[in-house]
Amino acid sequence: MDLSAINPVVLTASLMVAATPILLAALGELVVEKSGVLNLGVEGMMITGAICGFATAVETGSPTLGFLAAMAGGAALSMVFGVLTQFLMSNQVATGLALTLFGLGLSALLGQGYVGVKPPATDRLDLGPLADIPVLGRILFSHDLVVYVSLALVAGIWAVLRFTRAGLILRAVGENHDAAHALGYKVVRIRLMAIAFGGAMAGLGGAYLSLVRVPQWTEGMTAGAGWIALAIVVFASWRAGRVLLGAYLFGGVVVLQLNLQAAGVAVPVELLSASPYLVTILVLVVMSADRGRAALNAPACLGRVFHASS
Amino acid sequence: MNRRTLLATAAFAIGLAGAASAQDSTKVGFVFVGPIGDGGWTYEHNQGRLAVEEHFGDAVETVYQESVPEGADAERVLTQMALSGADLIFTTSFGYMDPTLNVAAKFPNVKFEHATGYKRADNVGTYSARFYEGRAVQGHIAGKLTESNIIGYIASYPIPEVIRGINAAYIHAKKVNPDVQFKVIWAYTWFDPAKEADAATALIEQGADVILQHTDSTAPQAAAEKAGNVYTFGQASDMGEYAPMPRVSSIIDNWAPYYIDRVQAVIDSTWESDDTWDGIGAGMVKIGEITDAVPADVKAEALALKEAIANGDYHPFTGPLNKQDGTVWLAEGETADDGTLLGMDFYVEGLTGEIPQ
Amino acid sequence: MIRLEKRPAPSRAWGVAAPLLAVTLTMAAGAGLFALLGTDPLAAIRTIFWDPLFNEQFASYSRPQLLVKAGPLILIAIGLSLGFRAGVWNIGAEGQYIMGAVAGAGVALAFYPLEAWFIFPLMVIAGGLGGWAWAMIPAILKTRFRTNEILVSLLLVYVAEQVLASMSLGLMRNPEGGGFPGSRNLQQYPAAANPERIAGTGMHWGVVTALIAVIATYVLLHRHMLGFQIRLAGQSPRAARFAGVDPNRLVVICLGTSGALAGLAGLFEVAGPAGQVSIDFNVGYGFTAIIVAFLGRLHPVGILLAGLLMALTYIGGELAQFMLGLPAAAIQAFQGMLLFFLLGVDVLSNFRIRLGRREVA
Repeated sequence: MDLSAINPVVLTASLMVAATPILLAALGELVVEKSGVLNLGVEGMMITGAICGFATAVETGSPTLGFLAAMAGGAALSMVFGVLTQFLMSNQVATGLALTLFGLGLSALLGQGYVGVKPPATDRLDLGPLADIPVLGRILFSHDLVVYVSLALVAGIWAVLRFTRAGLILRAVGENHDAAHALGYKVVRIRLMAIAFGGAMAGLGGAYLSLVRVPQWTEGMTAGAGWIALAIVVFASWRAGRVLLGAYLFGGVVVLQLNLQAAGVAVPVELLSASPYLVTILVLVVMSADRGRAALNAPACLGRVFHASS
Repeated sequence: MNRRTLLATAAFAIGLAGAASAQDSTKVGFVFVGPIGDGGWTYEHNQGRLAVEEHFGDAVETVYQESVPEGADAERVLTQMALSGADLIFTTSFGYMDPTLNVAAKFPNVKFEHATGYKRADNVGTYSARFYEGRAVQGHIAGKLTESNIIGYIASYPIPEVIRGINAAYIHAKKVNPDVQFKVIWAYTWFDPAKEADAATALIEQGADVILQHTDSTAPQAAAEKAGNVYTFGQASDMGEYAPMPRVSSIIDNWAPYYIDRVQAVIDSTWESDDTWDGIGAGMVKIGEITDAVPADVKAEALALKEAIANGDYHPFTGPLNKQDGTVWLAEGETADDGTLLGMDFYVEGLTGEIPQ
Repeated sequence: MIRLEKRPAPSRAWGVAAPLLAVTLTMAAGAGLFALLGTDPLAAIRTIFWDPLFNEQFASYSRPQLLVKAGPLILIAIGLSLGFRAGVWNIGAEGQYIMGAVAGAGVALAFYPLEAWFIFPLMVIAGGLGGWAWAMIPAILKTRFRTNEILVSLLLVYVAEQVLASMSLGLMRNPEGGGFPGSRNLQQYPAAANPERIAGTGMHWGVVTALIAVIATYVLLHRHMLGFQIRLAGQSPRAARFAGVDPNRLVVICLGTSGALAGLAGLFEVAGPAGQVSIDFNVGYGFTAIIVAFLGRLHPVGILLAGLLMALTYIGGELAQFMLGLPAAAIQAFQGMLLFFLLGVDVLSNFRIRLGRREVA
């Protein structure tokens, strides 16, 4: 056993990359849930984004276009959910699960010609001398653009939800759609926008997997990342900052457990493999026990059907 | 199953099996555990299926079913395939073993070929590939290439197949480089590209400059490419898109010759149940092109080793070899028997860490 | 302008007609999808919906298989529906299913090779308890620490999968299995096996239990105080509290019941159709059952029908794959479409479509 082989600086840099897909998808879902909609189709939107982004990047040679296409693809798929739940008032839990099923199938169909193809490389952002700063340089200034975008989005979503009128309206819709409607806000329209945003973010997260983190296309390659993103939103009790914490915690434990294995730590592998999930549960228990009423942070109208009866 | 149901199903099966064989073209079924787009295990089996189609043309019709879970679903899929008139069915994952035998008992006229299993019947044969022969060649190259003397190994689950691969690679890396050290990560998944990427990154960060993998995605190749001076090997398929660096060679599953051979046997009515375990010699395991990133002398040695294994001059598990705990496994000049290899559940001497149990 | 007007009570006529309409719409849309993929759309639709039931070559085998496939889905969905009605979100039935199977198989393997009448009943108890205990973790965390049960139950699925892998590779590995993962095959251990009870029907104890669960739940919801409390808690938590319903007790009961039923489903599957504990034993019944529960509108009879319909698309989809060479992905997408339509047309039973201007309220 040789723990000195684990370099905390390098580990931190790795966990940021590892956590980015979940972080992006979870941020999107946060906005969706803040508007009072529960979309369990994150996995389906992620994988659809993964193939849309991959195919576009391969065809055009541009990862940037790929990322944009992934967002468009994820958002387009999310509109199926949007129409069903907002106009036809279908059950959100079931529709979301159906969306996952559909997205997994659709993505595999779209991706048939892309197995074994190597996508164009996504460059690290060249930050010149900044990357050479000891410790901080490696952690903060050695990533690709999407990592910075994801961090900027954390701050942006936090600020928008907290300080802007748009954020206030979104939260109002999520807390009490009848009151928001009575005040003249277009509940359905606002929710559709939130759902589309969530789809775009999930798509972006998926494309980060297929274009940067793995990078390749295989059927079902998200392998459950969308579910983790959903769990992270709950973990974060619907706060943007804590989504970041949750995603990095989860990604961190994943990376750490692999590092511990490589270093030869004598802990059963099954336990190490289960550790990201166990640690997430434990941390949440500690936090919710501490503050008692964490569950009350959930948007009051989450998952409830809205129908403008007047 | 009680006696009455057994008889009833048998009668039912015989009637249908009779109907099934009364057609012209030979129907060959394939049952796959993953999607044919997995780029690895199932992808290569499907390549074999396509080769069968191309070879026989109209004389053979192939059908397949992908992503069939092992267990109850497999049994149903197999039964339905047999009912539809298949003459020969390849079941391409270990977990199909008992379902294959159950269904084979009901359809005595249909032939079954089960990959990687050990149970046979009159109409059930087994086949598998000696991937460890390829691992030996890999280990040799890896031992020569590493400068940090740390070789990373991404393993899936601790089953004999995987353990055999680790041992074969280690023995031959150690032979050319006594200081070599293996770091093994058990991913505990067959399929999770993101986790494979993380595992590769963790190994590289801990000093590994050669990564071997027993998982099917190209994620480790990409991680190695990003890191720069790290060598990798393609697994299951060639992964040639990462050549010449980081992918310096590969082990390719090549099922086509075997599949064509067995289908021909069914057409000629010469098919018999047997146990095939072929390696480099028979062409079931192929070594992908060794690129110029490997020094010429190392390449020549590797090819010589491959040649010696192929023509049977050399067995990758030849004594003296000790087990990890220091007890003698093979004496000088002794080679491992297939039984021990098939059930291998121990590391050889020199490997550190424990096999998870 | 089209608008929707809420019906005072759901329309019974549409309640029956809507699913039929949905299936018709799916066939039309699916035909388009299959045609795009270059398959004869009529043949594909016929293979999926007709052949498993009536094809001469297959149907005598496929029809009973419907029950085998639907059994666990219905059993799990019935349990989940109680919680969903009460607003208790158990998303982790997949994990409870695994733990039930592991616990039940553990009993069998502990007694192997003893032949005794009490082994199977003991396994059933252990299976139920295994699922129940796994569901008690989110239940207790919820009642003691207010930890969100969605998160805990979902993440515990992944933990259960690790337990399953560990068991198949370690403790429960078949000592005569040549080092391969997976336990002994319980189908070959008569005292522990759960075979078809009547030849050619697909009826094993799991299917029988699922049918019993359907009836019992129907009675519970409509004739029993607890059923009333569950419905009340879901519709109006505040009213429920005033009516003296203890929310914690309800959480424990709902999670416990759904866990136990999922555990039973796992046990019957591992002792019957699947036969052994193996790394890939779970195939997603726990997640699909959530869809089944909602497709059945959380009503026991609806769940029964929804489970059978899902099973039909699985088995028909398999046939379509190897008969017509459709990729598995196309079937998945098709199933997704079917669900979309089923969920979408439900609007007709709850709302009336009105054309014309909105009158001033």
